Amino acid sequence: MSTNQESGGFPERFLGKKYPETMEDLPIAAIVPWPGSTLDVTTHAWRTFRPVINQDKCVRCRLCWIYCPDGAILEVDEEYTTRSGRKYKVTFKVDYDHCKGCGICANECPVKAIEMVPEMK
Amino acid sequence: MALVEEKPREEQLPTRRRKIAATGADAAAYAVRDADVDVVAVYPITPQAPIAENIAQMIADGELDAELIHVESEHSAMSASVAAAATGARAFTATSSQGLALMYEILYIASGLRQPVVMALATRAYSAPINIWNDYADAMSMRDTGWIEIFSENVQEVYDNLVQAFRIAEHPDVLLPVVVTLDGYILSHTTEALEPLDREEVLSFAPKRPRGYRPVLDPDHPVTIGVLGAPNWYQEIKVQQALAMRESRRVIEEAGKEFGKRYGREYGFIEPYYMDDAEVAIVTLGATSSLVKAAVNRLREQGVRAGMVKIRVFRPFPAEELAKALENVSAVGVLDRAVSFGGALEGPLAMEVLTTLAVRGIVKPTISFIHGLGGRDIFVKDVVEMYQKLLEAAKSGKSVTRTLFYGVKSRRGHIV
Repeated sequence: MSTNQESGGFPERFLGKKYPETMEDLPIAAIVPWPGSTLDVTTHAWRTFRPVINQDKCVRCRLCWIYCPDGAILEVDEEYTTRSGRKYKVTFKVDYDHCKGCGICANECPVKAIEMVPEMK
Repeated sequence: MALVEEKPREEQLPTRRRKIAATGADAAAYAVRDADVDVVAVYPITPQAPIAENIAQMIADGELDAELIHVESEHSAMSASVAAAATGARAFTATSSQGLALMYEILYIASGLRQPVVMALATRAYSAPINIWNDYADAMSMRDTGWIEIFSENVQEVYDNLVQAFRIAEHPDVLLPVVVTLDGYILSHTTEALEPLDREEVLSFAPKRPRGYRPVLDPDHPVTIGVLGAPNWYQEIKVQQALAMRESRRVIEEAGKEFGKRYGREYGFIEPYYMDDAEVAIVTLGATSSLVKAAVNRLREQGVRAGMVKIRVFRPFPAEELAKALENVSAVGVLDRAVSFGGALEGPLAMEVLTTLAVRGIVKPTISFIHGLGGRDIFVKDVVEMYQKLLEAAKSGKSVTRTLFYGVKSRRGHIV
C-alpha cells in the first residue's frame, strides 16, 4: 500500500486527497486526517456584522481573544501608539476570513472598543 | 420423528475438541473472552443480561483483561463502544429489544464513522405490550442502520459467528459494525453442547488490529472524526459506506470458508436444507430454522419434497445465493417473526426474498407467513401446514398477495 508522507504514513486509500474531486479521493467516514484544516475553510460569508477594533480605545486586556469562539481574534506583534500617547507592544486584529460576526467580542469588550459594523448598508 | 440429518462436515473435524455445556449467553461471553476484547460497555436487559453478567464475572476472575464500562443506558453503551473502537480497542456490547431502540441513534453513527463495534443481540419483541420473549422485530429494525447482521441457529453458531464477526468488522476493506443475533431464551438461556476454541486459535483467526489503518484516534497522527457532512459530500460518504457493505461479502465468505478449513465448521451466507430436489421451500432465519428443519424431516418421511433455506447473513443480503437456491422450486414461502406494519407484504424478510426473485425475473408462487411473535410457540404442525399451503400454491400457480398471520386465536380461524 502506498503511503502519504503528508498524512503521517497512513495508506492513501483511507485518507484520500485534501481537495477531493470524486468519491474515490474522499477519506472514508468523512474523517479529516489533516490537523488545522479549518484554516482552509473560510466562514466570512456567514457574517452580517463585522467587528472593527478601535485601536485607540483598546486596552489590550485580551478578553476578546479569550472569548472568541472561532479563534478569529489575532494577537499581532505590532507596536501601536494611541492618540493620547500610550504605547502598546501588541495589536489585536480580526481574522476576517474566519470571523462569523457573532459579536461576542464586542459584547465582552470592557471598554467598548469593538464596534459591529453592517457588512452592507 | 426422524433425527436431523447428520452433517458430513462434523465427521471431518481435524481434531477432537473438548465439548462443554453452555447457553447462548455463555457462548457469547466465551467468544468475547477468547477474542480478547478490550472494552465492554453494556447495560443489562432481558434476555441479554446473562451475557453482561458472564463477562463481568470473567473480568472479576481475571479470565479477561478488559475494561467494563458501567453505563447508565444503552444509548451510552453504544456511544462508549463507538468511542472505544475509535481508539483502536476491540469493543463489544450486547442488548435486546428496548435497549436496541434506545441505541438506535448511535447505531447509524457506529456504521457512519466506520467503527468495527461487535454486538450480540438477544432477539426480543418490542413493547407495547411489554414482552420479553423472542421474535425478530428488534433485529429487523436494524436492517437499514449499516450494520452487518448475522443470525445464529444454535449455541455453537453464536460462538462461531461472534469469532468471525471480529475478523469481518475489523477487516480494512470492511470497517463496519457487526451484530450477531441469538434468539432470546431459545438460544440465550438454553443449554446445548458447545465446542469452544482456544484463545490462541481465535486470535490467530481474528487477529487484533490487523489493518494497515483504520479510523483510530492516535495523538501521533491526529484525525478529526465526526465532522459535518454538508450536501456537497454527504452523498458520496454514504455511497462509500454502501460499497463497503458490498465489499464485505467477500470478507464474510472468506471468513466462513477459512473457519471451516481450520475448525471443521464451514459457514456460508445461507444454509440450504434438502434443497437439491425440493418442490416447495420456506426461507427463514435464526433458531426458527431448526423448527422448520424438523417439519421438513416430517414431510420428507411422508414423501413430500420439502426444503428450507436458512438466511445466516441478513445484511449484506445474500441475494445471488438465495436466488440460486430457490431457482428450481415450484413455490416459495417466507416465515417471518416480525411485522412491517402496513408494508407491501408485512413480513420484512418476505419483502427481501420477493425483491431478490423479482429483479432476476424469477416468478413463482410465493406466500409470506408470520408466526411466533413475542415468543409464541410455533409447532411443527404449523410449519407442516404452511408447506401444504405452498403445495396448493405450486399446484394453482398463484401467489397469496397478502401476508398470512398463522396461529391466531380468531373467530375467522387460525390464519388471518
